Amino acid sequence: MKVRYFAWVRERVGREEEDIDPPSGVATVADLVAWLTQRGEGYAYAFENPKVIRAAIDKSHVRADAPITGASEVAFFPPMTGG
Amino acid sequence: MNHMTSTIRLQRETFDVAAEAKKLTQGRTDVGAVVTFTGICRGDENGEPIAALTLEHYPGMAEAEIARHVDEAFARWPLLGITVIHRFGRIAPGEDIMMVATASSHRQAAFAAAQFLMDYLKTRAPFWKQVEKASGTSWIEAKSSDDSAAERWSASPSRQDAAQ
Repeated sequence: MKVRYFAWVRERVGREEEDIDPPSGVATVADLVAWLTQRGEGYAYAFENPKVIRAAIDKSHVRADAPITGASEVAFFPPMTGG
Repeated sequence: MNHMTSTIRLQRETFDVAAEAKKLTQGRTDVGAVVTFTGICRGDENGEPIAALTLEHYPGMAEAEIARHVDEAFARWPLLGITVIHRFGRIAPGEDIMMVATASSHRQAAFAAAQFLMDYLKTRAPFWKQVEKASGTSWIEAKSSDDSAAERWSASPSRQDAAQ
């Protein structure tokens, strides 16, 4: 699946997007955050406060307990400041 | 059913609020009320002058999220038209950032829907503002007051609307 990063999450991770293949134990958005965190320093820095991170699956907002099975695209970003 | 028009645009360029509002009444005489809101880039942030705002957005999701809330506004109020235009990219102080325009037969629906759309756009539309000041560039933090403003629309719709 594709993962996209925005704003300071993108800056800390050091990339805009990537294709990933998480193991089967990674079932929810929260699991995915934990799995990404251990991939490197940039990820750990981006996700150091998971409560502040928002997520979307296939361009819809989801909560941390949302399942990621069947997702084409997951996105992580800070609270929004549009408008 | 009355003809409802909806326009949602994301663009770099500025827009003409008056011209967009006029489009909501063109060729029809059933609109009795048009409300517009314009969000404008201010020249200061926390007391410090700013050089510019840069808006990042999530293409595809921004349009979809705005459309979801436009659909909800049409479901909740008797509206005849909604226009939402939101810029992205670099924006200078004094420039318009975004606009919402709502049209209805009577003013209650137009005012309520404009407020509703703004409260949701502030919290759920995937845009992120970065501010450039002499002291450096930083990301603006979301405000909890915006979340509280959005939450009030989750109360029972009939109770909310009857109170207006």
